[in-house]
Amino acid sequence: MPSSRGRLKVFIGMAAGVGKTYRMLQEGQAEAEAGRDVTIGYLEPHGRIETESLAGGLEMVPRRRVHYRETPFEEMNLPAILAREPELCLIDELAHTNAPGLEHEKRYEDVRDVLDAGIDVYSTVNVQHLESLNDQVTQLTGTRVRETIPDAVLSQADEVVLVDLTPEALISRLRAGKIYPPERVPAALNNFFKIENLSALRETSLRQVAEGVEVKRLAPAATPAIGTRREDRLAKSAATQAISERLLALVTLSPRAQRVVRRAWRSAQRLGAELDLLAVRQPGHAGGRSDGDTGQQEREQLEALRRLASILGAQLLVEEGDDVAEVAIRVARERGTTYVLMGAPKPRNAWRRLTQPALPFRLLKGLPGVDLRIVADRTLREEAPAPAGEEPPL
Amino acid sequence: MIAAVVALLVGAALGTVAALEIERRRRGRALSRRSPVGRIAFPFTGEGLSEPALVAALRLARAEGATLMPVYLALVPMRLPADVPLPAEAEQATALLEAVEQRALRAHVPVDSRIERGRTVRHALRELMEHERFERMVVAAGADGRSEGFSAEDVAWLVEHAPGELIALRPAQPSSS
Repeated sequence: MPSSRGRLKVFIGMAAGVGKTYRMLQEGQAEAEAGRDVTIGYLEPHGRIETESLAGGLEMVPRRRVHYRETPFEEMNLPAILAREPELCLIDELAHTNAPGLEHEKRYEDVRDVLDAGIDVYSTVNVQHLESLNDQVTQLTGTRVRETIPDAVLSQADEVVLVDLTPEALISRLRAGKIYPPERVPAALNNFFKIENLSALRETSLRQVAEGVEVKRLAPAATPAIGTRREDRLAKSAATQAISERLLALVTLSPRAQRVVRRAWRSAQRLGAELDLLAVRQPGHAGGRSDGDTGQQEREQLEALRRLASILGAQLLVEEGDDVAEVAIRVARERGTTYVLMGAPKPRNAWRRLTQPALPFRLLKGLPGVDLRIVADRTLREEAPAPAGEEPPL
Repeated sequence: MIAAVVALLVGAALGTVAALEIERRRRGRALSRRSPVGRIAFPFTGEGLSEPALVAALRLARAEGATLMPVYLALVPMRLPADVPLPAEAEQATALLEAVEQRALRAHVPVDSRIERGRTVRHALRELMEHERFERMVVAAGADGRSEGFSAEDVAWLVEHAPGELIALRPAQPSSS
């Protein structure tokens, strides 16, 4: 029985079909060629010929068949892997939920046993299976994933490898029948495999891995505290950073915008988040058309906002549109916004109040799951009036 | 008969809405007529905010019905690129500008804050003059041992270069009694 714990290497990707399993098998083959004892503990080739052929030559631990409610399931054979004691075991689909009645409910718990036995493990997972990102990914894609793993599993991995592919290339692979059988392709293209979904997931994957790298870089390497394993500290640290916040501040081209932006920046600083500023102009204004004093003042305010954004390290987006809510919702979705800040909306006339919900309500409805904060306008706050004939104090 | 009553009610409702809208616009126009036209710049650095200069700027803005434009001058160290984000300066600017805005609110003075950057105080002032329009500028002149004001050289430079009127407030001499 090996004395030390095995090492875990996880191949993470934005979606099915990016090549995680393929990459895991490639590295497994390389290890076998280098003389290591490598077995496949569980492989889910999804009928992909390239993947199946790459597994050739590697010993595969036979699956075990279990029955649940008279339905047979083929599951990974944990006892057989532990009895076989390879140096390295390849175990696909880390987030898989086992059929009831096995040693553990989840495959990552099986993997923990394998690691505890001193066996190195290579495994695969999609980014949407991470617990902390589940809600965010659901918002981004409209699809909720039921099988999740705790973030600590990933943060405790010795190595995390991002298997990246552009959304366009992934969709080409899907159309070519390299991911799903032909009959499933149209449904996949209409649902999950959309460019905007994949772009958002790709950004999420890149951020996740980058944050993991940063956590490991920042974590103190030496002299762990008594009773605290380094892995535990890393996991705790990673858990606080696993969700990336992104703030969007809606600004008008008026003096009030400066305060809204500064407030938004402070919130972003506290959350360790990126800050985007969005100014929506009526169509025709952005080209610098001269339209009197108002246009001149708006241009000045816009330039002042640009300078403020530059000092704060925020990104100013200027969009044209008749409907502020519509533009804001679109931009928030594109940018993966998790938090919207805006100044107090102007009072609306009776007709508008009757015919259209207020901007905050429209934002809340159009951006489910996104937090909304309204920055109070101090000039509207009730102040105690100065005594008759006296000016308010300076 | 019923149709006539319905038409009458709809007409009355539309008339009320129209009357309310006309009144709202009239008030809006009246407010915009009262809105301030002039701007008074009040630049300062992270070294400190001069209370007498702020009071003078607020008093002037209120008397003239002008907007106060407090400007925090953020200094960019030479070793950094000129357009680098400045979180530490921004943190300080935010706190000071909030303080000024609160005072302006209490004094019923409209305010339009700015943060301007430069390699030196004078560079930031030059940038301010290039980017913003204002009719007057109120500055605190520093003195021995006091940091919340501009140096004599900077004030002299402003006298020569600032557009419009410049009001430099010399700090009061400490009382000997």
